[in-house]
Amino acid sequence: MKIAKNPRFVYLVANSLLVIAAGVLGYAPVRALLVGAGTVTAAIVAAENADTVPVAVAGPAAAPQAEAAPAATNPNAARGPAPDLGLPVEQAVLTAPPHVPPPITRKYAAKVVVHLEVREVVKRLADGVEYLFWTFGGDVPGRFIRVREGDVVEFHLENNPTSKMPHNIDLHAVTGPGGGAASSFTAPGHSSQFTFQALNPGVFIYHCATAPVGMHIANGMYGLILVEPAAGLPKVDHEYYVMQGEVYTAGRYGEEGLQPFDQEKAIDEHPPYVVFNGAVGALVGDNALTARVGDTVRLFVGNGGPNLVSSFHVIGEIFDTVYQEGGLAVAQHNVQTTLIPAGGSAVVEFKTEVPGTYVLVDHSIFRAFNKGALGMLKVSGPENRLIYSGKEIDAVYLGQAAAAGSASQKREASLQAQIAEEIKTNPRIAGLTKEAQIERGQRVFMQTCFACHQPDGKGLLNIFPPLAGSDFLKADRERPIRIITKGLTGPVIVNGQAFNNLMPAQVLSDQQIADVLTYVTNSWGNAGEPYRVDDVRRVKAASVSQ
Amino acid sequence: MKVEVPDQAAGRGNHRKFRWGGRVVLSTLTFTLTCALTTVAAEPPPGMTLIPAGDYTPLLRDKNDLAEIPVAAFWLDERPVANGEFLAFVRANPKWRRSRVSSLFADGQYLTHWTNDLELGPQAPADAPVVHVSWFAARAYAAWAGKRLPTMAEWERAASAGYHGPEAKAEPGFNAQALEWFAAPTPAVFPAAGSGRPNFYGVRDLLDLVWEWVDDFNTAMVTGDSRGAAGNGLFCGGASSGARDPADYAALMRVGYRSSLRANYTVANLGFRCARDAETR
Repeated sequence: MKIAKNPRFVYLVANSLLVIAAGVLGYAPVRALLVGAGTVTAAIVAAENADTVPVAVAGPAAAPQAEAAPAATNPNAARGPAPDLGLPVEQAVLTAPPHVPPPITRKYAAKVVVHLEVREVVKRLADGVEYLFWTFGGDVPGRFIRVREGDVVEFHLENNPTSKMPHNIDLHAVTGPGGGAASSFTAPGHSSQFTFQALNPGVFIYHCATAPVGMHIANGMYGLILVEPAAGLPKVDHEYYVMQGEVYTAGRYGEEGLQPFDQEKAIDEHPPYVVFNGAVGALVGDNALTARVGDTVRLFVGNGGPNLVSSFHVIGEIFDTVYQEGGLAVAQHNVQTTLIPAGGSAVVEFKTEVPGTYVLVDHSIFRAFNKGALGMLKVSGPENRLIYSGKEIDAVYLGQAAAAGSASQKREASLQAQIAEEIKTNPRIAGLTKEAQIERGQRVFMQTCFACHQPDGKGLLNIFPPLAGSDFLKADRERPIRIITKGLTGPVIVNGQAFNNLMPAQVLSDQQIADVLTYVTNSWGNAGEPYRVDDVRRVKAASVSQ
Repeated sequence: MKVEVPDQAAGRGNHRKFRWGGRVVLSTLTFTLTCALTTVAAEPPPGMTLIPAGDYTPLLRDKNDLAEIPVAAFWLDERPVANGEFLAFVRANPKWRRSRVSSLFADGQYLTHWTNDLELGPQAPADAPVVHVSWFAARAYAAWAGKRLPTMAEWERAASAGYHGPEAKAEPGFNAQALEWFAAPTPAVFPAAGSGRPNFYGVRDLLDLVWEWVDDFNTAMVTGDSRGAAGNGLFCGGASSGARDPADYAALMRVGYRSSLRANYTVANLGFRCARDAETR
C-alpha cells in the first residue's frame, strides 16, 4: 500500500495535525479556523477519490468570548470511518414489537449495518389517551436489533427533521464510553455514525442518554439488542419481544386527551401508567401473542423503566428456563416470577401444554390491574385433562351475610332518591344519546372489565361468565347494576353453564356504570334500552334501603 | 456613588461593575435604578423590549466559573424574526438566498419550507417565525438589521422571568407549563410570531413557539453523552451532579439542544430573535 496516496490516511493525518496544532495554540478562533480548513482539505480529497467519503462537517463557530472557550478537542466532532476489517457486509433486519428478527444462521462474523431513526410521534397510550412518544423507529419499545457475537456493527442514528429534541443512543451491548452515546448525539434533521464490536453475548437494553435522561426514557426511548452467542440459541417455535415501561402523564390513569409529561410524578416515581409495549392493551385482544398447544415459546423481556423494577410473571405458566438478567450463559429452571431490573432484561422459555389465555403481568399486581401492565398469550389446540382438568366440582358455600346499611346511609339513600327524581325530569341530562354512552362505555369496559369478561364479551369457559348473548344479563335489567356496585359471589347459571366465582365491587361513577352497561347490552349481538344515570341511582338507593 | 431606592420587583442590591460613560463605576445599585438610568439613555427601538441589568445564574458551571454572571441591560426583540422579515433580508442580500448560500454557512435544509428563493408559500406564512436558518444566517440577518444575536446569558435571563415577576421559579406551575411545549409535536405550519402570552418584561414566545439561536450557542460544551462519561466537567442530565438545578428540565433541554448544533445546521423548529445593547459604547 502506498500510504502517501491513501486519501483516508491523508485525511486523518491532516485532521490530527490540525487538532494537535489547535490544542497547542489553545485559542478558539484559531482552532475553529484550522478545523474548518481541515474540512475543506477532506472535501477536496474526497472529490479526488470516490471510494472514500469522509463526512464533511463544518468546524464549530468561534465563540465570541474566545478567551473563555476551552481548548479541549470537541467530543462531538466526527473523526472519520473505523478501520475496515474486510468482513462481509449485511444490512440488519430490524423488527417492531412484539416481533423478533429471525435467528442468525451464519457461522462467521460480519459487518452489520444498522439504520435506526428517532421519531417523536403522538400515539395511543390508552383508549382516549394520547401521548407524544419519543421513539427509536416509531414504536415503543424501539426496533429489535439482532446481531451475532463478534459482529462489527456500523450504527447509524438518524433524527427525524420534525423532532424537537436532539437524541443519542446508549446500547448496553457496547463496550466503550457511554455505550455509544458519546458518539451519537444528533440534532433534529441530522444523523450520526459509529462502529462497535459486539464482544459479549446477551440481551441488552438500549436507550437515549440525552439530558434529561429520565425524561427521554420515560417518553419511550428504549429497546432491546440481542447479541446472539456464536453457537446460536436453541430452536423454538415462537420468539416474541415484550418491554415494560412507565409513563408519567399529568392526568390520572384514563384521563383523556393528549397528556403532557409530569416531571414531579417522575421524580417521585409515581407513574399513572405501567405498560407493556408502550400502551394499555398493546398485547390484548387482537394484538395478543399466539401459540399452539405443544409449541415452545421464548420471550425476550426488557424493562425500560425508567424507575420501576418488574416482577415478570405469566399467569398459568411456569417458565421452563429463565436466563436471568439477559445473560445467556447460565440458565435457571422452573421459575414462577423473574425479577427484571430497570435497564435490564430476561429471557424466559416455556412449552405450552393446554389451551387458554395466559396473562402476562408485572406481579406487583396493582400495576397489572390498575396501571396497564397486562398482556396476553392465546394458546389454541386440544385440551389435555390430565394436565389441567377444568372445574370439577361446583358447590355452595355460605359465608357471613353482608352487614346491613346504617341509619345514616338510609337517610342518604332517601336524599339520593329525591335527587334522582329531580334529575329524571331534567331534559338536558335525559337527552344524552345512546351512541355517546356506548362510546364512553367501551372505554370503561376496556379498562375495567375486559380482563375477565374478555374483549369479545365471551368470558372464559367455567371461570368468567359471558356477556355476549347472556340470558342472565337480559333476565333482570336492574341486577347488573347491583352486581357492579356490590360485586357477586357464588353460583350462577348463564346460558345453561354453571359459574361459581367472585366478582369484586367496581369503583365506578354512576355515569360510568350507566355507560358500560349501555355498551354491554348493545354489543356483540346484544340489544337493549340505554341505562340512565338515574336508573343506576335508583337501584343503588333501593338496594341500600332494603 | 451609593444610592438606595425602594425596589418593587427584584429586591436585589448586589455589588456589580456598571459601565457608564466609558468609566467603570463600582457601586451599589438596585435593579430599578439601573433600569431607569438605561431607559433614559436609549430611545426604545420599535418591536424591542428592555431587559434591565441583572444576573444570570448558569445551569452548568465549571468550578472556575462565576456562580452569577452579570448581564448588562439590553434590548430584546419582543418576538422571533418572521418569514416576511427574513424575506426582505434575502432580497437585499442575494448571497443568502436558498439557491446561492454556501454549504459552509447553511446545510441542505436551509429555508426548505419556502416555495423558492423569494417566495414564501403555504408552509411559511409571512408572520410565522422563520425556521431552517443557520447560526451564520441568523447572525447576518441581525447585522443587516443593525442588531446582534443575544448571548446565551441574555436569552436565559429574559426567559427566567415569569408572567408576574422576574422569577419564573416563584410562580407555581410555570415550569410544568413550559414542559407542555415538549408534549406537542412540531406543527407543519407555525402560528404567527408574537401571539404568545407576554412575560414580565413583555417578551413573547420564548418558551412556547420555536427553539432560538443564541450567539454563543457552542460554549455549552456538553458531550454527546449527557451523563458526563467522557470526563467533561460541564455535563448535564437527570443524574447530573454539575447542574445548578437538575429539576429545571426545560433549561436542561435547552442546554442539550444547543450543544447538539453546529453553526451551519438548520432545523425545522429552530429560529432566532435579535438583541441590541442598551448603552451606547
